[in-house]
Amino acid sequence: MNYPFDLRTLWFLLAGVLLTGYAILDGFDLGVGILLLGAKKDLDRRVLLNAIGPVWDGNEVWLVVGGGALFAAFPDVYATVFSGFYLPFMLLLVALIFRAAAIEFRSKETSHRWRQTWDVSFAVASVAIALLAGVALGNMVVGIPLDADFEYRGGFFNLLNPYALIVGLTTVSVFAMHGAIYLVLKTEGEVQAMVKGWARSTTIAFGLCYGLLTMATFVFAPHMAARIRETPWLILLPMLSLISIANVPREISAGREARAFISSSVGIATLLALFGMGTYPRIVISSPNPANSLTIYNAAASDVTLTTMTSIALLGMPFVLAYTIAIYQIFRGKVDVSKLHY
Amino acid sequence: MSTEVLARTQFALTCAFHYLFPPLSIGLGLILVIMEGIWLKTRNDDVKKMNRFWVHIFSLIFGLGVATGIVLEFEFGTNWATYARYVGDIFGSALAAEGVFAFFLESGFLALLVFGWDKVSPKVHFFSTCMVALGSTFSAVWIVIANSWMQTPAGYKIIETAHGPRAKIIDFWAMVFNPSTLQRLSHVVSAAWCSASFLVVSVSAYYLLKRRHQEMARLSMRIGMSVAIAGTLLQFVTGHESILEVAKNQPAKMASMEGHAKTGPLGLTLMGYVDKEGAAHGLTVPRVGSLLLAWDPTKPVMGLDQIPVKERPMVQPVFQLYHLMVACGVAMATIIFVATIKWRRGTLWESNWCLRALVAAVVLPQIANQAGWFTAEMGRQPWIVYHMLRTSEALSKTVKANLIFTSLVLFTLLYLLLGFLFFYLLNKRIKAGPAELPSPSDEVPTLREQGLVIA
Repeated sequence: MNYPFDLRTLWFLLAGVLLTGYAILDGFDLGVGILLLGAKKDLDRRVLLNAIGPVWDGNEVWLVVGGGALFAAFPDVYATVFSGFYLPFMLLLVALIFRAAAIEFRSKETSHRWRQTWDVSFAVASVAIALLAGVALGNMVVGIPLDADFEYRGGFFNLLNPYALIVGLTTVSVFAMHGAIYLVLKTEGEVQAMVKGWARSTTIAFGLCYGLLTMATFVFAPHMAARIRETPWLILLPMLSLISIANVPREISAGREARAFISSSVGIATLLALFGMGTYPRIVISSPNPANSLTIYNAAASDVTLTTMTSIALLGMPFVLAYTIAIYQIFRGKVDVSKLHY
Repeated sequence: MSTEVLARTQFALTCAFHYLFPPLSIGLGLILVIMEGIWLKTRNDDVKKMNRFWVHIFSLIFGLGVATGIVLEFEFGTNWATYARYVGDIFGSALAAEGVFAFFLESGFLALLVFGWDKVSPKVHFFSTCMVALGSTFSAVWIVIANSWMQTPAGYKIIETAHGPRAKIIDFWAMVFNPSTLQRLSHVVSAAWCSASFLVVSVSAYYLLKRRHQEMARLSMRIGMSVAIAGTLLQFVTGHESILEVAKNQPAKMASMEGHAKTGPLGLTLMGYVDKEGAAHGLTVPRVGSLLLAWDPTKPVMGLDQIPVKERPMVQPVFQLYHLMVACGVAMATIIFVATIKWRRGTLWESNWCLRALVAAVVLPQIANQAGWFTAEMGRQPWIVYHMLRTSEALSKTVKANLIFTSLVLFTLLYLLLGFLFFYLLNKRIKAGPAELPSPSDEVPTLREQGLVIA
């Protein structure tokens, strides 16, 4: 079959879009979880949880669909990464389950201990999910030891290398900032004053992580900079990333929260695009044997499956985007304190 | 324990626990559509109270279903990486379709179903309920397609690559409509209707026994009973279709389910055990099996003697679990039959023993679901994909037994806790009963009321 475009590249991009969708959407509700214990009063915590209440579940679906798309489009990537990162992914699953249970259960009893236990679970699980997702991404970019059959040949502690940990930390900080900005949008009065303070401090924390990550990328992942030297116009991507992130504190101090939220969303998207740009056409880099890397060529599903998946995406995703936007429209505006569910 | 046993135990545990929830949300989705449809027509406050009560129960069940479902999607890669590489081209696309057509739909509209009562008009809310019901049914469609392909593969070819053999799709629709999809899908969906309707019937019977919320309970009993009658009848029709399919395409599973050792006319053992050769002993009616399968009591059915020892499942558990499923089905049909007669005569509401039986019957479809899936999955062994890939060859090459053991312990503890909390909260919610409807002039409720009544 001949196509006017490369199906594998298309699915590299689409998998990236799903991952980005997940990071932007679940990113803010994970961020709210990371910050939850910053609120001391039960009512305040309930306001924060109700700000994400109707949407967090749908946001998490982006991860599920992203995983399914990876499985279908690049089965070997899915198999290598999921079996290679066994322990971190098991911890990720436990965190995902605990988080879902925590938000579902916390307001179903009135005792302080019950609620405190679930709030701590929710916060710890949110931090763990962001950290583990970041560590997994960092490892894919910096490279992991793979053999000729694409099987992971390292141990658990190989995964906790400095670069991966820095990506993990950056993920936690960017989600915290993203979540704080979302909360400024969704709250009013005293609670809003509180979360505005969080937005400022998390922006600073993320700025530091971003600087650290940039330096670490030059040191540990030199192929990223090399890619830009080869294709100079790609410099626009890190520039856009820098501008959108620098714009966040500017919008916050000017009280334009919606624009700050868009800025941090663009910041997240460009950061992920940078990772994609640096690795393409590889998906998982093998280090020390780069020949064993998983690429869009040796790890892709058949053209029949990629074509089918493209039809599924063309058929389904316009509806998904339409009703997701409509639902966000319906739930826009401040949290109504008189109608708390959680 | 070997890696294989541990990996299979972990998958069985996480899958079985997960499967407590989806049948309930698929069935409750339909029941919520019926309830809200009735409310739209009648605008009756009792109907509305009932509807909101069941939305609360639905959201609790749905949340746990989603949380425990992600585990399975991950496990195909973490524990069964060789399988994932081998069949990703086929299995993955069904899973991705499930995400796009089912999960987005149900989770997106769930927001409106649970939180949207005063954000959107009643009609839009009803539409959301329909979309949630549709989404949860779609999820059954795609996952049953994927699983049916593992029982009766179709539309593929095997290609040798530098990294080992891979199944590649050649005909997507042949994969989707493989020989067992329709029979199994209809059996699974009607079983989901049974699971949820028996829950609704059970809770309604509980209120009637306790003489509480009686108007609402009679209403939900009628709805639950109607769905339960339809679901139970469909169980027998689709069950029969499924057994014809198994006899045709999966003779080793068929022979194990019936304890049929020697090729020849198939008897029907109602209850019993199988010996070392796989022959059933017990309450056996000769030749009825062949009669049911082919309308010919002399028709020979392939026995285990025709199947190489290395390609046979463990006969005893498959036999027993299959018979347990059928026994539950018969018990469900009996209870529903009696209750329907009493309902028609108008004596159901006062018949304490019948109501008590209905309260207890809630476990029957759950046991049947579990036993049925164990029959299907254990009956396919030693294959993970029938006649294509052995389970023992499908494991992750890099994952050692001690890692799987660790995660197995972790999930066992986590699911014990989760299961306990789920039943505690479900029980509490049912005991509390439906909440009074908020009137427009209500003041801001106190924390205590919000915690107990609204949440």
